[in-house]
Amino acid sequence: MSEEHLRTALKSLQERFNLQPAEIQKYPPALLVPPEQIVAVCQALHDEFGFNFLADLTASDYWPEQAPRFHAVYNLYSHEHNVRLCLRVPLDGDTPTLPTVEAIYYNANWHERELFDMLGIDIAGHSDLRRLIMPADWVGHPLRKDYPLGYEEPQFTFNYDDIDRRKHKARYEEA
Amino acid sequence: MSEINEVTVDELKHLVSERAIRGETVLLNMGPQHPSTHGVLRLLLELDGEKIVNCIPDIGFLHTGIEKNMEAKQYEKAAVMTDRLDYLNTIGNVLAYSLAIERLADLDVPPRAQAIRVILVELQRIASHLVWLGTHALDLAAMSVFLYCFREREYILDILEMCSGQRMMTTFFRPGGLWRDVPADFELAVRRFLRMFPARIDMYHALLTKNPIFMDRTRKIGVINAEDAVRWGLTGPTLRGSGPSIDLRKTQPYSGYEQYDFEVPTGTHGDVYDRYLVRMEEMRQSLRIVQQALDKLPLGPVRSSDRKYVPPPRAELGTSMEAVIHHFKLWTEGFQLPKGAVYSPIESPRGELGVYLESDGSAYPQRVHWRTPSFVHLQALPVLSRGHLVADLVGIIGSIDIVLGDSDR
Repeated sequence: MSEEHLRTALKSLQERFNLQPAEIQKYPPALLVPPEQIVAVCQALHDEFGFNFLADLTASDYWPEQAPRFHAVYNLYSHEHNVRLCLRVPLDGDTPTLPTVEAIYYNANWHERELFDMLGIDIAGHSDLRRLIMPADWVGHPLRKDYPLGYEEPQFTFNYDDIDRRKHKARYEEA
Repeated sequence: MSEINEVTVDELKHLVSERAIRGETVLLNMGPQHPSTHGVLRLLLELDGEKIVNCIPDIGFLHTGIEKNMEAKQYEKAAVMTDRLDYLNTIGNVLAYSLAIERLADLDVPPRAQAIRVILVELQRIASHLVWLGTHALDLAAMSVFLYCFREREYILDILEMCSGQRMMTTFFRPGGLWRDVPADFELAVRRFLRMFPARIDMYHALLTKNPIFMDRTRKIGVINAEDAVRWGLTGPTLRGSGPSIDLRKTQPYSGYEQYDFEVPTGTHGDVYDRYLVRMEEMRQSLRIVQQALDKLPLGPVRSSDRKYVPPPRAELGTSMEAVIHHFKLWTEGFQLPKGAVYSPIESPRGELGVYLESDGSAYPQRVHWRTPSFVHLQALPVLSRGHLVADLVGIIGSIDIVLGDSDR
């Protein structure tokens, strides 16, 4: 029953919005949606197909590729039909923009703020676009692939002073 | 003092009401260091007298960069980090992570491992609910419940320690099964707990459920109706307190939950008291599941025999060259998952805990994202708390059962 509903939903969406299935997604079944259509697709899924629950919204960075550089991933769940569906939105370039869906799914608010904060995806029309997890004055977007994973350099006897000097320099420059 | 106030109002002008800008309402910081925010949560409250006009949660104080760190680790080595997310549901986190990998790799888990996973996860659920109950009651000024709850929780942590050697940071589950089989006296210990615990639940009920002070502090507080609850993304007991009977163990079963007979308790009013009753009943249902799983605990292996993902048993290394090669490969370069992405949700004590795992075909994850219930529940806090007293806010925070390690990641 529910699988059937999922098939009808996928089929009619593909026809109406001219969408392609996303091969990379193994579970749940996914569609590739261009960013300018995501609001309309979400609206249709919410109103007509009973996908009343936004389970998750995240993104994946494919740097150094530029087109697409990101995939925003929307995971929807229909309580009534008990099926899940995924929407993948390819985003090009280093400073992509994604329209907000917070009018349809209220909880998209923080998920979108997290995208803005951690991956630097600008959200158009968002009501409260501030950094969420990192401090307000943070520079950079930590979950991007070109953002280095910070670590403490191990100090051995042969390079102890060298690293120590660098560390102190950094500290003074911050202050 | 006035200077600090102005700065705050300036950057949050679009969130507070007109009256705060005119100075008619007071902006007050609650947290980040506050005993009843259950961790390092900062709430900026706009108050009219003692009434909450608006509440602006500010999270991130416990951000540990686990998602970023996991991208730099091999799949099996990243598993130890999962324990550090939701530190009251450590074994549930590693289950969600293992399930995502198993789903992506089409890895089968032997029935014995599945049953032991269910037993431990349900015990962990009880332990998590006990911490919730103790701290929730403590916030509402019932001191003694806390002590009893932690006594019983310690028993469960002893069982976890017996299995894995650790009370909390267990990492007992691995992709493809368990780290090792449970010890011989495991069954005895769990059965002792099953005998002892129902009477303890009765005791908690006697202490709180009909207690007039507790009822006054919780009924008609933090009400949310079913439709709003779904739109705000609430899951788990917090959602079920408002009516919808959505439990992933029933609706989308994993780890063999479809074999067990249990009920999904729901509330009707969607207030703090109903969420309390739902969680209390869930502990009883968890006991039922543990009982059934223990009664028909099958014998057999506890790890998958797929050597591309699961290292061979130590004994084989002496006799089989192939085993040595697999062992060496798995512990140096790790296993590679097929290219693809999955979203794999489980029902954690707090709600839907989802892992979005994407693999680019290498031994390192391309992206791991944790959809954590605390994160989603916290953003509904303003809706739940508007119009209530500051003292009630403490009860509301307790009733959505947040863990800050879970929300900040």
